[in-house]
Amino acid sequence: MIRRNWLPLAVLAALALAPVAGFASSYETTLMARIMILAMAAVSLSFLVGGAGLASLGHAAAVGVGAYAVVVLDAQGVTEAAIVLPVAIVAAALFSLLTGAIAIRTSGVHFIMITLAFGQMAFFTASSLSAYGGDDGYTLYSRTEVAGARLLENRLAFHYIVLGALALTWAVCAMLLASRFGRVLRAARENAQRVEAIGLAPYPFRLTAYVIAGAIAGVAGVLLANATEFVSPAILSWQRSGELLFMVILGGIGRLWGAMLGAVVFVLLETWLAEITPHWRMIFGPLLVIAVLTMRNGLSGLVHRRHG
Amino acid sequence: MTTQLLLVQALNGLQLGILLFLVAAGLTLVFGVMDFINLAHGVQYMLGAYLGASLAAATGSFWWGLLLALPAALLAGLLLEVLVFRHLYVRDHLSQVLATFGVILFLNQGVKLVWGAAPLESPIPALLEGGVEIMPGLQYPLYRIAVLGAGIVTAGGLWWLVERTRAGMLVRAGATNAPMVSALGIDINRLFTMVFAFGAMLAGFAGVLAGPIFSVEPGMGDNVLILAFVVIVIGGIGSIRGAFIAALLVGLIDTLGKSLMPDLMRLFLDASSARQTGAALASMLVYVAMAAILAFRPAGLFPVRA
Repeated sequence: MIRRNWLPLAVLAALALAPVAGFASSYETTLMARIMILAMAAVSLSFLVGGAGLASLGHAAAVGVGAYAVVVLDAQGVTEAAIVLPVAIVAAALFSLLTGAIAIRTSGVHFIMITLAFGQMAFFTASSLSAYGGDDGYTLYSRTEVAGARLLENRLAFHYIVLGALALTWAVCAMLLASRFGRVLRAARENAQRVEAIGLAPYPFRLTAYVIAGAIAGVAGVLLANATEFVSPAILSWQRSGELLFMVILGGIGRLWGAMLGAVVFVLLETWLAEITPHWRMIFGPLLVIAVLTMRNGLSGLVHRRHG
Repeated sequence: MTTQLLLVQALNGLQLGILLFLVAAGLTLVFGVMDFINLAHGVQYMLGAYLGASLAAATGSFWWGLLLALPAALLAGLLLEVLVFRHLYVRDHLSQVLATFGVILFLNQGVKLVWGAAPLESPIPALLEGGVEIMPGLQYPLYRIAVLGAGIVTAGGLWWLVERTRAGMLVRAGATNAPMVSALGIDINRLFTMVFAFGAMLAGFAGVLAGPIFSVEPGMGDNVLILAFVVIVIGGIGSIRGAFIAALLVGLIDTLGKSLMPDLMRLFLDASSARQTGAALASMLVYVAMAAILAFRPAGLFPVRA
């Protein structure tokens, strides 16, 4: 377990030690929080893409539903985590259940496009919520409270809560994939007809996976809203869904932790290039193309090959 | 909502649909024949608009701009095909999405670097200035009618090319079964390159036409790209006829929705929130239509592969 997963464990350990090792400034913890939250969403997407073979181009919508749950409750004066978190999870799961029930009937390219369509619907719905800022977004004046305490306002506490959520996400997704449920998912990804032939319908398994991934993305949305203290429709735009998908592919589809690696590299590269030049996308774009053309199994594939 | 306004909006919708068709035609052929998802098709539309506007400014004539922008867009498409896309045909859809997204990032930023972030001005040619009286007391811009006409003529030409010529026959055969066409001794790679460059030129043409109507700015291709994808998925991937009907449908739904929804919302909301909510809900309508159509016909309205 440890030998095969040394790299993601090292990444998690580094993130755990970073604040103690002197990386505790507001800028550094904000950057790390962004990495960890996006990694969480990317791991849940990797569970879908790599595990169930469902390449969703609307995953940011589920993140957005979670974030908007925080906003809607905040506007009612509710900031207690014991209420916010369950509401966000149920809302994101419900959104995934409704959209997934239709989307999973299609496959391949059509699945990509229909999840994109649902993502766009969510985006325009968020833009239409004039009570919550509409296009301009909504500023949260305080973070979510835990049992009445302003725990998340504490930089260190927030850092470790997000880290714990990421580790938990990875563990839960890995355990699900290794379970009987996960075996059916993987088998259906390889050959749905054979799975049907042995008497199992892939549809409910896929839908369950879609809902689970959506619920995790919802939690990531709650954390993201708290990290930035601002929510706008931009967080559920299709470009965000695309970026999540790229973290998954960049990291390598076959391994869940690849998505974590992809998120780390993506955010660091984006931040670093943006500091060098305002035209960083002109460098970032070709890098993406080169990465796709040269790395068939993503970053985790490179690591894996070197270590046999 | 008067009938006059309704007529104007319907014409606007048809004209948006025609532009969408020009973009979607290349996309659906590339998708159908090569099984290749090209997210960068939208930036080819943007490139067309920029080339058209800047060449028109340089030569002092919209027509020279149009005439020079078409081969330039064709060349840009060829260059991208040779440099990047050719190496992606054998890869899975996700890799194609990722790599072509990289191309979008590069070109959107590149356009900003060359032409600046501010919208570029693209004046209406003098010949097509002014309006036409389409109904007693109702003026409609001549340029928009010309766009509609040019689009319909192009669509007709495309139909003739695809349905009545040998090259078109090969393209249709390629969309149905590419390996079989290749086995019959056709150089499928050359066919791919031709279809690709032609599609890029059509998107560029749409961009030049759209220049004087919409603003020419970085990222203008992104929204059109998403709508074009909606069009080809509704129409059935690889089907030109499907793309034509779906493009008009999407253009009409989007335009009419945007003018009718805010009025509809005013029944429930106050004026300012009705405007915002209505506009957002209207933007959503095409996606609702797509989801509804895919729920009942998962392969689109006119599926090519049975």
